[in-house]
Amino acid sequence: MGAKRVVSHSLWIAWKDLLEFSRVKMALILLILMPLLMMVMVGYIYPTTGSINHLPVGLVNLDTGGDNSASHIFVTQLEAINNQTGMMELGSAASFDDIKTQVQNGDIYGGIIIPENFSSNLMTGKQATITIVTDQSNPQISTTMQSVLTQTIEQMGIWLAQQNVQLLDPSLDNSAALAVIKPYNVQTEGVVPGNPNYFQFMAAGIIAMTAMMSVMTGLPSAVSREKTVGTLDGMMAAPISRLSILLGKTIAQSIRGIIQAVIILVLAVALFGVTIQGNILLVFALLFLGVFSFVGLGIVVTAYAKNEETAGMIMMTLMFPMMFLSGVFFPIQQMPWFMQAVSKVLPLTYATSALRKVMTLGAGISAIATELLVLIGFGVIMIIIAVPVFKKAMTR
Amino acid sequence: MKAKYMIETCDLTKKFGSLVATDCVNLKIKNGELFGLLGPNGAGKSTMIRLLCTLTRPTKGTATIGGYDIVKDDSKVRGLVGLVSEKMIMYDRLTAKENLKFFGKLYNIPNDVLGSRIKELIELVHMEKWQNKEVGTFSTGMKQRINVIRALLNMPKVLFLDEPTLGLDPQSSSEIREFIRKINQERKITIILTTHMMVEADMLCDRIGIMDYGKIVALDTPFNLKRMVSKGNVFELNISNLNNKLLSLIKSLPCVNSVARENETRIKVHAKGGKAFDDIVDVVRANNGEIVSINSLEPTLEDVFLHLTGHEVREQVSKQVGVRVGSRHVGGERPRIR
Repeated sequence: MGAKRVVSHSLWIAWKDLLEFSRVKMALILLILMPLLMMVMVGYIYPTTGSINHLPVGLVNLDTGGDNSASHIFVTQLEAINNQTGMMELGSAASFDDIKTQVQNGDIYGGIIIPENFSSNLMTGKQATITIVTDQSNPQISTTMQSVLTQTIEQMGIWLAQQNVQLLDPSLDNSAALAVIKPYNVQTEGVVPGNPNYFQFMAAGIIAMTAMMSVMTGLPSAVSREKTVGTLDGMMAAPISRLSILLGKTIAQSIRGIIQAVIILVLAVALFGVTIQGNILLVFALLFLGVFSFVGLGIVVTAYAKNEETAGMIMMTLMFPMMFLSGVFFPIQQMPWFMQAVSKVLPLTYATSALRKVMTLGAGISAIATELLVLIGFGVIMIIIAVPVFKKAMTR
Repeated sequence: MKAKYMIETCDLTKKFGSLVATDCVNLKIKNGELFGLLGPNGAGKSTMIRLLCTLTRPTKGTATIGGYDIVKDDSKVRGLVGLVSEKMIMYDRLTAKENLKFFGKLYNIPNDVLGSRIKELIELVHMEKWQNKEVGTFSTGMKQRINVIRALLNMPKVLFLDEPTLGLDPQSSSEIREFIRKINQERKITIILTTHMMVEADMLCDRIGIMDYGKIVALDTPFNLKRMVSKGNVFELNISNLNNKLLSLIKSLPCVNSVARENETRIKVHAKGGKAFDDIVDVVRANNGEIVSINSLEPTLEDVFLHLTGHEVREQVSKQVGVRVGSRHVGGERPRIR
């Protein structure tokens, strides 16, 4: 049987599959809705400094210094800054225990305590301590709050120090005084212009995942459904190569997956301000390569899944670890060593990483050579394993 | 390659684990024959068809279709056969025409030929009005018509029909049967039909192979098969005061092969010899039996199956048959009791 025949048959099978799919209105709606939901959810759920607004915080002032004391000035300044940023909703609290009760009741997310000796310490040339109380049940928010408050208070400390230095040496101006207190100035600059943005981080991952998972999940369920319905027999009884069935189904699923990935890409750019710094063709090439690397795995699952139900279960078992261990949603670097080891053998890790480099950092082919090689290698090896397994499974 | 028989199987065996689905089946089927495989569910009929269509590989033995080996030349065999299996081979979301086009393309039929062939086949089953409608909206009967012509797209030499009237209403069933007979006669297509319906097999088939537990237990024309059961006659007697004593008296007559009690008053008697009728009536009269009516019956394949295997075709025995009193068998054959 000529290669031309195999390809022609597989194209007809792909045509049939896509035609069937296009007739299901719900599937078409979900094709767009699913990725949109995913983007919106994961993108907005993550807290960023800017995303914290009017967070209720309890303020305890135990200082005994009176109306003109240092603590009074501190609170006035804090309120002034907060009015500008609108980050906190400052309420008053009586004590640490009061803050604790209010946190437990869910009224506030943390507190600031100014101790009794605040003014007197400052007057007598000692450091004054300010305590930030955090809510451990909500690590994301407490971390963010802690860092923002620390920064704010530090800034206020610097202002105070500036004034003190100028008192000691009136000849110094503001910037000279600052140089005395803080000789090092830190400046941050990205590799490419723009601020880091969680959507930007995630978009690449979700796009890679959607394209690749489409084959891995779509292929087994498409084949096992035809097995259950009985239509697979119709193809198997025709004088076509088994390879055509596999190829045709893979083509159909890949097209579907890539269409879905492109929809996400467009939505990400149009709605969430994601930018593509690198070559768009390289982005597509990576999508195809990602799909290719998963074809073999999809075929193996297809061969072992006797029915639709088993196929679905195998898929879920494989999908979840991949989603979370491939750096789609969470950076791999923050995982413990054994999870990092697992993520190193998942092709999605490499596709995500390469896509992120191209989309966010504008990297070229040479920068992602390792990822490309791993994807190609993984794909080829899996297909070499998969095809005989499939052939054996089909002629029982 | 010209072969003497269209289909020839040699010790064709298929095992699924410890279950023997077909057990050393040897069949020879001539070109143009309409051959029936008859048997209860699980007898191995569908496995026979799957083997011959190359959908499954034999565990042992082999078979040829049109001279081609089903294992070595599977691709050639696939080109020669058409399959209507128990589950319909059709995509509900595609229209009738799209379904036919898709399957036609798998058989490498050139576009122009395929177009005219689809048109002709659709006309043959009078589905012109529905050809551009999604198959999912069809009734089972309509679906089956399209399903059958789908199997004819490649002009097969052999058509396999696995329970083609299963789940169809009586009218659709008889339409499909008519169609099967027509294509067999007009197109000279060899047809292998499986069914568990005795009447269907009797009506359609030139020859019937009766299958049970993976083996062909009898193979002949319907006429000859029925003669195996009763070289004489089958009577149905209605006796208003029927009792066990009368029953055993009738059974003990030398001309009686078996007696089956069908309800309170009715019995079915398999008998042989020209005097059987008189003998039975005499013995009933002599014992004060009141005969309400007597009918002479044609034996059915159902009777043949019972006679050959010792059990009913259907697992679920209907009431009438349930009270059968027992049977003796002709020709020295013993029933296989399981």
